[in-house]
Amino acid sequence: MLAYILKRLVQGAVTVWFIATATFVAMHAVPGDPLRGERIANEQILANLEARYGLDKPLLEQYVVYIGGMLRGDFGLSYVQQNRRVNDIIREHFPVSATLGILAMAFATVGGVLWGALTAIYRNRLPDVVIMFAVIVGISVPSFVVAAFSQLALVSLNSAFGSSLLPVAGWGTVWHMLVPALVLGLSTMAYLTRLMRSSMLDITTSDFVRTARAKGLPPTRIFLRHQLRNAILPVVTVLGPQIALITTGGFVVELVFAIPGLGRYFVDAVHQLDYTVIMGTTTFYGAFLVFMVLVVDVLYSFIDPRVTLE
Amino acid sequence: MSAVEWQPRSEDFARATDADRRRGEQRLVRPSISYWQDAWRRLKRNPRAVVSLGIVVALSLFTIAGPWVWRVNPAAQDIDQISRPPGAGGTGRIVEPYIQWAGVTTETLATAGSALATNIRLAEPATTQAVRLEWAPAANASGYHVYRNISSPRVGRALGLPLAEIIDPHRVSFEDRFDLEPVKYWYSIVALDANGAEADDYAVFEVEPAMVITAEEAADRGWIADAGAVRVGDMVALPNHPLGTDYLGRDMLSRLMHGARVSLFIGVVAPLLFVFFGIVYGSTAGFAGGRIDQLMMRVADFVVALPFLLFMILFRIAFGVQPGESGVLPMLVALVLLSWPSTARLVRGQVLQIRNEGYIGASRLLGARTGYLVFRHMIPNTIGVILVTLTFEVPRVIFIEAFLSFIGMGVAPPTPSWGSMSNEGIKTMLAHPHELLFPALFISVAVLAFNLLGDGLRDALDVRLRGRE
Repeated sequence: MLAYILKRLVQGAVTVWFIATATFVAMHAVPGDPLRGERIANEQILANLEARYGLDKPLLEQYVVYIGGMLRGDFGLSYVQQNRRVNDIIREHFPVSATLGILAMAFATVGGVLWGALTAIYRNRLPDVVIMFAVIVGISVPSFVVAAFSQLALVSLNSAFGSSLLPVAGWGTVWHMLVPALVLGLSTMAYLTRLMRSSMLDITTSDFVRTARAKGLPPTRIFLRHQLRNAILPVVTVLGPQIALITTGGFVVELVFAIPGLGRYFVDAVHQLDYTVIMGTTTFYGAFLVFMVLVVDVLYSFIDPRVTLE
Repeated sequence: MSAVEWQPRSEDFARATDADRRRGEQRLVRPSISYWQDAWRRLKRNPRAVVSLGIVVALSLFTIAGPWVWRVNPAAQDIDQISRPPGAGGTGRIVEPYIQWAGVTTETLATAGSALATNIRLAEPATTQAVRLEWAPAANASGYHVYRNISSPRVGRALGLPLAEIIDPHRVSFEDRFDLEPVKYWYSIVALDANGAEADDYAVFEVEPAMVITAEEAADRGWIADAGAVRVGDMVALPNHPLGTDYLGRDMLSRLMHGARVSLFIGVVAPLLFVFFGIVYGSTAGFAGGRIDQLMMRVADFVVALPFLLFMILFRIAFGVQPGESGVLPMLVALVLLSWPSTARLVRGQVLQIRNEGYIGASRLLGARTGYLVFRHMIPNTIGVILVTLTFEVPRVIFIEAFLSFIGMGVAPPTPSWGSMSNEGIKTMLAHPHELLFPALFISVAVLAFNLLGDGLRDALDVRLRGRE
């Protein structure tokens, strides 16, 4: 177990190093110079700035400095906000994205398991048809469209009731989080519903459920102890990649709902060509994802005793 | 074989030719159906897949043949019809060129009575050339503010666009010539007190100007061939925009067609490219085996670990888009670079599985070369799985394109794509929802159709399901 985690951690570290290198290469392949676009008064100032950001050094040395800084957990200085460290930016904006992501993931998981189980119970009957139709819509409509139309709905809802029931955009209170999190989690919820439905249907026809029924166990107990607990396993397997999808896919929702998350900051940084912020954010996200997948994999062995980590 | 009363129950069994029938013979022989015939037969039985296939064909027609039928330049601006909702183009009346209007002044000022400008009326019929309003003076007014809104200002105090500040209490008229369109306007007239402050209440006047144009302008814009051929009072047809226009007055239908070319081009070509690359990579790894296989798959693992969307954006800026370029090529390259591992893994798995099958061994024993094995056995046996992957990759890529274009990191304007149109449409969503609705609808329908088609294909191509339905 411990050996497995250690091995995975080493693998993860190599992956993060790869991500950091790929980001570095991609950023240095960008035509032009991040500082030339600025209104620089004269050559001396430009030279000073280049020295400050280490751009006067050869590329290999820049790479060593960059990786070295990353090992110490230091992502450097922002190019656009010249007195801000990338670490501070991440520290400030990531909690917002993480909160949104966790909430979205909670919505998606609870909703997916619930709807999936429901459709399996009511197989081929009205609730099944309705929910599965909603699932298909949820998979097919892009998140920015859902976000835009839910905003439109909020506007008309608020004006209909003459009060601001739920805020249309912004960040701060729990009320701000609900709708964006729901929108963000929607496609994942649809996906999990589908998965849960098929695994639930598989379980329903399995031998141990038949045995349980033959023993005369009450249906609710069969449902909760035998069916749900086993059907949920495939859902747990995909949680890791889905967390990845939700946290990196958050920027559309953050953009539409004007939420000051890291995703939105990343898009801004890209528009402004703020290289250190782009590199830092990408590597940070990469590390976060590697870590989340590892956590889910380890958790899985606790939930399913048949799985042994090796 | 004796003649029997023959009732064909299934077309599978109806193989009797006319000659057979004349001889009174029937052959009830189940035809041998090839893999593809069987797949097609089962796909046809799945109504959802058939409908999806129809939608996909319709979308392709819309994309390929559409611009030949609807020959409107997607970049041409119709400045008289901006953000027009869907519907027929309508007509415009030819009028004389604009003549100056002196306006209305009054000598008698009201000192008592309503604090509102009352009795608002049109001095002349409202046209898109000018809307001329006059009103009876409000009590103790030192002047007026005139606003114009495109919705009723009664909800709250959203009076809209401030048009004029009249600081002469004697002037009780206003002429609006600002960007008039044949839509409903709500003019609000707010009286000013002695200090020039706005009164709390305001008077509202609702009017819809008629579309008019001078003969010269109409000829300029190509609505009529010759300015001399029409007289004042004639009606001329306006350019038709069946799905309306966007915020720059560009034809939505034409843009949707050309946008489909971009969106579907990326959506189809990118999967073709990276699936092909994945096949080559995966089968090489699977065939090579051992160390090479391990190494190649480890590289694939690394690429999978990259945060996909962030790297799509990174690649997009790394390749850079020069002014005048559409940005389609960088997106294709980035998609191929990041998306091949899933197919490679799949193909490798298939190859490893098939490599140990008995018939491969038998074939090899008979002296088959590797190339023969690949083309005769490997590819036909994996093509079904690959085809299904391909179908599922198309909607994913359409999504990615839309997503990137939406955040401004996809195709560069003015190239239309469904995603970039959504991005433009969301800005005017409240006033003109059609500008977001149409591209969103096209994305959703295309994605839905390809997803359902993929589902259908997966079921149809799965040999294990053959004859089980």
